[in-house]
Amino acid sequence: MSVHTLPLPKAGCAEPDIIRERGQHEVFCGLTGIVWLHRKIQDAFFLVVGSRTCAHLLQSAAGVMIFAEPRFGTAVMEERDLAGMADANEELDKVVARLLDRRPDIKMLFLVGSCPSEVIKLDLSRAAERLSRHYSPEVRVLNYTGSGIETTFTEGEDRCLAALVPELTDATSEAPELLVVGALADVVEDQFARLFAEIGIERVSFLPPRNSRALPPVGPNTRFLLAQPFLGETARCLTERGARHIPAPFPLGAEGTTAWLGAAARAFGADPMAFRHATAAAEARAKRALQPFRDEMAGKTIFFMPDSQLEVPLARMLSRELGMEPIEVGTPYLHRAHLAEELKLLGSDVQLSEGQDVERQLDRVRAARPDVTVCGLGLANPLEADGLTTKWSIELIFTPIQGYDQASDLAGLFARPFDRKTRLRV
Amino acid sequence: MQLTVWTYEGPPHVGAMRVATAMTDVHYVLHAPQGDTYADLLFTMIERREKRPPVTYTTFKARDLGSDTAALFKSTLESAHERFKPAAMLVGASCTGELIQDDPAGLAKAANLPCPVIPLELPSYQRKENWGAGETFYQIVRHLAAREGVEPVAGKPQGRVPRCNILGATALGFRHRDDVMEITKLLKENGIEVAVVAPLGASAADIARLPDADFNVLLYPEIGEQAARWLKRTYGQDYTTTVPIGVGATREFVAEVRRLAGLDALPDRSDAGRLPWFSRSVDSTYLTGKRVFVFGDATHAVAAARVATEEFGFELVGLGTYSREQARAVREAAQAHGLTALITDDYLDVEQAIAEAEPELVLGTQMERHIAKRLGIGCAVISAPVHVQDYPARYSPQMGFEGANVLWDSWVHPLVMGLEEHLLGMFREDFEFSDTAKPSHLGPGQRVSEAPAAEPALRPLAEEGPIRIWSADAEAELKKIPFFVRGKARKNTERFAAERGLAEITLETLYDAKAHFAR
Ligand code: SF4
Repeated sequence: MSVHTLPLPKAGCAEPDIIRERGQHEVFCGLTGIVWLHRKIQDAFFLVVGSRTCAHLLQSAAGVMIFAEPRFGTAVMEERDLAGMADANEELDKVVARLLDRRPDIKMLFLVGSCPSEVIKLDLSRAAERLSRHYSPEVRVLNYTGSGIETTFTEGEDRCLAALVPELTDATSEAPELLVVGALADVVEDQFARLFAEIGIERVSFLPPRNSRALPPVGPNTRFLLAQPFLGETARCLTERGARHIPAPFPLGAEGTTAWLGAAARAFGADPMAFRHATAAAEARAKRALQPFRDEMAGKTIFFMPDSQLEVPLARMLSRELGMEPIEVGTPYLHRAHLAEELKLLGSDVQLSEGQDVERQLDRVRAARPDVTVCGLGLANPLEADGLTTKWSIELIFTPIQGYDQASDLAGLFARPFDRKTRLRV
Repeated sequence: MQLTVWTYEGPPHVGAMRVATAMTDVHYVLHAPQGDTYADLLFTMIERREKRPPVTYTTFKARDLGSDTAALFKSTLESAHERFKPAAMLVGASCTGELIQDDPAGLAKAANLPCPVIPLELPSYQRKENWGAGETFYQIVRHLAAREGVEPVAGKPQGRVPRCNILGATALGFRHRDDVMEITKLLKENGIEVAVVAPLGASAADIARLPDADFNVLLYPEIGEQAARWLKRTYGQDYTTTVPIGVGATREFVAEVRRLAGLDALPDRSDAGRLPWFSRSVDSTYLTGKRVFVFGDATHAVAAARVATEEFGFELVGLGTYSREQARAVREAAQAHGLTALITDDYLDVEQAIAEAEPELVLGTQMERHIAKRLGIGCAVISAPVHVQDYPARYSPQMGFEGANVLWDSWVHPLVMGLEEHLLGMFREDFEFSDTAKPSHLGPGQRVSEAPAAEPALRPLAEEGPIRIWSADAEAELKKIPFFVRGKARKNTERFAAERGLAEITLETLYDAKAHFAR
């Protein structure tokens, strides 16, 4: 394994050393995003064009808990598709025909590329165009890649949302509109919608919408706020449509949520009094709810293995609002621009790492023996067996953690392993 | 291309991982993209292993393609060897690795490592997990147990205790660990020594010792048979053909191993666990003729069909497997019961077959558990793939006499108990006996409704026959029949009415049909 540890040239004292490694990456691929996206967009189906491995990944990541007919599936390529004995496009058309026949409730179909489909250069964008022509207007067919050679874990959502951007209609109104980008739990979305209304931002929409027919419009009057830190490509596409990004930290914790809402409020010239009025009580409630966790967690050390790209905002929230001490904050990809506000808050003395060599990183974990290690599912039990406490990063994606009223739930996710340790006498 | 939602088997390299993880000192280097590392969680989460699988993935990316993926493979191999110092290494590719054709075997050879390196060719677009496990184990045995100029061992030396190996158990197997313990005990009781268990718990050196045993006990043919055949061909070691699941099969297994070990046959053995007596106890009369549907890997499905009919007195109404490679044995067993075997790896087909067979008990995998839950039918798990709850903390083998005790407990548990069944039938109007109530011994709770409203089924509607009109009193009477036989009663009555061209089903029709179908 070729390992390069390249400290960046220091730009003043604000630029921390970053560990950059290239070795085994122990991170899911972007297909995983389907597990939450297929629940979020209620009339969309995600068809992976891939291998048995891709189908097995989805099944393993989803668990069989959500066994009710999922709105995803895999068109598994077989020897005959690769050997040219069957025309892959014809085969795909057949699979899609069968699927749409069975599921007339589907209004949007995503063809999701995988490593095998990319390596054999199966052109899914052409396939999507062809199928879209055939099935419109009943069904829109789009495509994006969730392959492991192009995307890690949450980047699948980024690619999916980016694929939606060309579908958005041109915004016609003169008035500025706010677009909140990134899949959020429905309950969180509703809370934010109420808060924006109270702040005085009237025109607010969310991407992705809950229904494919409710795509928000976009245009030069659109200002967008990222709800998730992993949306680099989507942000780029929105910018191309004339929309402007509102730089902000992410809505994790009381402080993060206020700063996030505040950035939008300022961008829309909202009345500061209205802003305080809308947020002060909720912020105070969130802080009160966090206090007992702070008493418990302050001073505890935490190590982030790279996984969801939520690591930097999480580290910021846990250090500033609960007093935890990050030892290393690893992320698969450090989006400097989108994380600029977060990095300012996090401070420059925190060790960041980007990319991964899982063996070397585990050596560092074992040497540091942090109080909590945030990691993927494959690593958690082996670390627990070594006597370390872990938190599964995937839980942070599957649980509503954004906003004021979820701040203590977020803290609770980190506190629970300690609670458990103090109870157990075995 | 095949549309797949849930799969019974993973890709073949996951089978190879099951073998590597089962062993103590081999390491597997897999040419694969980062997402494929998900497979680690199968072992650390589902099986709750305390160690990561001994697998290093190259995790190549798009930008590596065409430039230096081969170099990446080579450096990954070298550094994995350096770090883990395994006694032997496996090298191969996942589905994507296979497409980029970097030739891991050739690269590994060129790396010239100071340990045996075993190349694996596992065609991802043709084969699946069990085949991958079998092939991997075979390659390991061929590479590590090969000896120069050794004559086949014919017969053991006089005076030595007979000795066998146990083949086929892997990581992530359904009860493999406990089966191995139980069978080891059984062999010991019969005066047979177990030399090597492989791959589960074996080292590379243990594999090299395989030829020293007198014969092989093959517990999981899906995984161990290819290796067992090679050992027979090469060293003249016989292997067992009976899989000891159930009392009858365990008795036959004991007879077989005693014959292979050159021991006298035992007189009829009375110590066969509790199943024979429990099944003969009067309390168990209610099990007679319970309709059971069996689906799983071939070995477990065939065994369960036999045990269900011969040892529980159930009626087999369906039998199938997801394993096409082993379909023949399942077809034969099904035929013996007058059934057509269901050979499919599409769980929607299985769901439809179960719904049509209207069983009272399903013996299957985790997929069938979910299907049964949706249909409101009891279910016990008898075969991989299984979920975390099927790796129990307690000792619970499937094989041997203790295994038969476990089968008894776990198959009877989901059923409605004898007298309770009568009371349900007699007092249908008792509100606590509502259809949604679970059997009382399964605790409070509700049956899952048959069709989740928000999720239309991903399958064409079953063909609708001409719908007969039910009179109100017949419909009401039908509701008095317990839910677990009501579907059958409804169908039989409708068939009866259709055959006679009756336009309406009255109370009379219902009881005429009942009399007609009573045996
Ligand atoms: S990494 Fe590639 S091959 Fe593996 S599951 Fe993801 S998309 Fe499929």
